Amino acid sequence: MSNTVLKIENVNKSFGGLLALNNINLDIERGTVHAIIGPNGAGKSTLLNVCIGLLKPDTGEVTFNGGEKIIGKKPHEINQIGLTRVFQTPEIFPDLTLLENVMLPALSKRDGSYKLSIFKMLSKETDIKNEAIESLKTISMDDRQDVIAGSLSRGDKRRLELAMCLVQKPELLLLDEPTAGMARHDTNQTIKLLKQIKEGGMTKIIIEHDMHVVFSVADKISVLARGKIIATGTPEEIRADPLVIEAYLGGAEL
Amino acid sequence: MMMNIFSKKSAPRLMLFFAIGVLTMPIWLDPVGANYPDLLQKFAIFGIFAIGYNILFGLTGYLSFGHAVFLGVGSYSAVWSFKLLTMNVIPAIIFSIIMAGLIAAAIGYVSLRRSGIYFSILTLAFAQMFYNLAYSVLTPITNGETGLQLTMHDPRIIDNALSRTVETGLPSTDFFGISMNGYSGFYFCAVMLIIAFYIYLKIFSSPFGMKLKGIKSNQKRMKYIGSDTRPYLIAAFVISGMFAGLAGSLMAVTDPLAGAERMQWTASGEVILMTILGGVGTLFGPLLGVGIIKYLENIFSAVNDSVLHSFYSFLPQWGENLLVTITAPFVGEGWHLTLGLLFMLTVIFLPGGVMEGFQKIKLYFQNRNKPDKSNNSSEESSNV
Repeated sequence: MSNTVLKIENVNKSFGGLLALNNINLDIERGTVHAIIGPNGAGKSTLLNVCIGLLKPDTGEVTFNGGEKIIGKKPHEINQIGLTRVFQTPEIFPDLTLLENVMLPALSKRDGSYKLSIFKMLSKETDIKNEAIESLKTISMDDRQDVIAGSLSRGDKRRLELAMCLVQKPELLLLDEPTAGMARHDTNQTIKLLKQIKEGGMTKIIIEHDMHVVFSVADKISVLARGKIIATGTPEEIRADPLVIEAYLGGAEL
Repeated sequence: MMMNIFSKKSAPRLMLFFAIGVLTMPIWLDPVGANYPDLLQKFAIFGIFAIGYNILFGLTGYLSFGHAVFLGVGSYSAVWSFKLLTMNVIPAIIFSIIMAGLIAAAIGYVSLRRSGIYFSILTLAFAQMFYNLAYSVLTPITNGETGLQLTMHDPRIIDNALSRTVETGLPSTDFFGISMNGYSGFYFCAVMLIIAFYIYLKIFSSPFGMKLKGIKSNQKRMKYIGSDTRPYLIAAFVISGMFAGLAGSLMAVTDPLAGAERMQWTASGEVILMTILGGVGTLFGPLLGVGIIKYLENIFSAVNDSVLHSFYSFLPQWGENLLVTITAPFVGEGWHLTLGLLFMLTVIFLPGGVMEGFQKIKLYFQNRNKPDKSNNSSEESSNV
C-alpha cells in the first residue's frame, strides 16, 4: 500500500461561469489530519463533494489507495471502499434511538451495500451492538442509548454523527466544518474528541473555519483561495507563509 | 422498549398470544355481534393486506397509492388456478403470491425511481392503468365487467386427473377435502394471518427492518454509510406486494370470483386509512385499523332506525325520537360519516393513530405512579 490515501489530480469544476476548482492537485498522506482552509466561497466544500462522489468534476481524477477511482462511483460504493463523511449539517437518523443510529453504520459496513437479512434477529447481533456501545462511549453518550436522536442538541447531533462514522473504522474520514455553529464549550469537547481519535491513526480531511480548531488538530494544512491551492504545509509553515496571510487573513496578525 | 419486544424470549411469547388471539376471535368477538364467518374472514384477510402494507409504508415511509393492484392480481391468479388446475387452495395461494410478487417487482422497479409524492402518483397511475386494462384489453384474462368466475366446463386438470369432480353445480374451494366455506374458511385465513404475522414480526425485528427504518428516517445518510437503498426499497415493495397477493387470493378462496373493482383506487385508499387509523409503523396498529374499519363497515352499516329505537327505548318517547334523529345519520348508510369523523379526530389529536392513544394512556399511568421520573422521551416515541 502506498503512503498516499487519496490522490487528487488536475481537478477542475465550474458552475456556470464560475471556476470553483481550478486545477487542484493534492495528496493526502496516510495517518495524517489534513485541514483545508480558505475564505468563504474558496471551493472547500466543492472539493469535499468531489471526493465523496456528490459532485462530478469537469476534468481530473481522484484515486483512493493508489488505484481505486472515486469519480463516477455511487455514494454507497465510495463508503464501502473506506471513505466516510461527516456533513456540515448533521445527517443522523432523527427518528431512531442513539443506539440504533450507531448500529446502522456498523451493520451497513458488515453487510455490504445490500443484504436481504430478513430472518436474522437484531437482538442476536451482539457484536454489532457492542461495537455501537463502544462508539457511543467515545462521545460519552452510552448512558443515553434509548434516547431518540432527534431530541439531541445540535452539538450532540454532530458528535453523534461523528460516532456513526467512527464505528465504521473508515480509512479516510472527511469532516465538513465539524464545529460550525457550536458553542465554545461544545467546540472544545469536539477538539478533544478529534485529538483522541487522531491517536487511532485514521486519515482525516477536515474543512474548518475555526483557526483554533485547525491549528490544534491538523498535521498538515492546505489553503484554498478562489478555487486554487495557494499553499500546503505544516501549521507552522502556513502560519508564516506570506501568500496565505495576504490572501486569507487579509494581512492581519494570526 | 423496542428491544424488549424483540428480545429472544418475548418474540415467541408474542407470537403465541397473537395466535391464540386470532384463533379465538369467534369467542371474544361474539358479544359485539361480529361473530359471523364472513366478517371474521374479512378481518383476517384485510389484516394480512394491512400488515403487508405497513412493511412498505410503515418501515420505509413510501406511500403507495396502488396496492390494490396486488390484491386484484392475487384474486385473478387464484381463480385461474381454480379454473385450470384444482380447487385445492394451496396451488392457488402459491400462484397468487408469485404473480403479485412479479407484478410488484415490475411496478416497484419503475416507481421507486422517485420518492415522496412522485412515487405515490406513479403507483396510483399504475393502479388505474391495471384497473382499466382489466376492463378492456385484458378481458380474455379478467372477463371484463362480469368478473372472473368458475364455470361448469373449466378444465381443472389436476382435479380431473384425480377424478375429483362434482356431479352437480359448481365445485367449492377446499383444503385437501376441507371445504373453505364458513368457519373452516375463517380458520384457514386465520392460520394464514398468523404465518404472515410471523414473517412480518421477523422483518420488524431483523437488521433488514432496521435498515428500512433508517431509509425512512434519513435516506441520504443511509447511502453515505454504505447501503444501496434502492434494492432495499424494491425488496420491501415486493414483500408487501406479496402480502397483498396473499390477501387477494384468500378473497378468492372464500368466494371464488374476481372483479376489477378490487383494484380500484378506493381499495388502495382503504388500506391507507386502516394503517393510519391504527398507527403507521407500529406492530399492531394496522390490525387495529382493520378491525375498526371493517367493524364499522359491517356492523354500523346494518344498524337502522328500528334498531336505534329499541336501543333508546328506555328513554321517554320524545327523548327517544330526538336521539334517534340525531344518531340516525351516523349509522346505516351513513357509516362513512362516522368513519370520516373518527379518522379526522385521530389524525388531528393522535397523529400516531390509535396506538399512540394507548401509549399516551400507558404513559399517563406510569407517570402518575412514579411522579419524579422524568426521562420518558424515549418511551414517548418508541413505536411498538
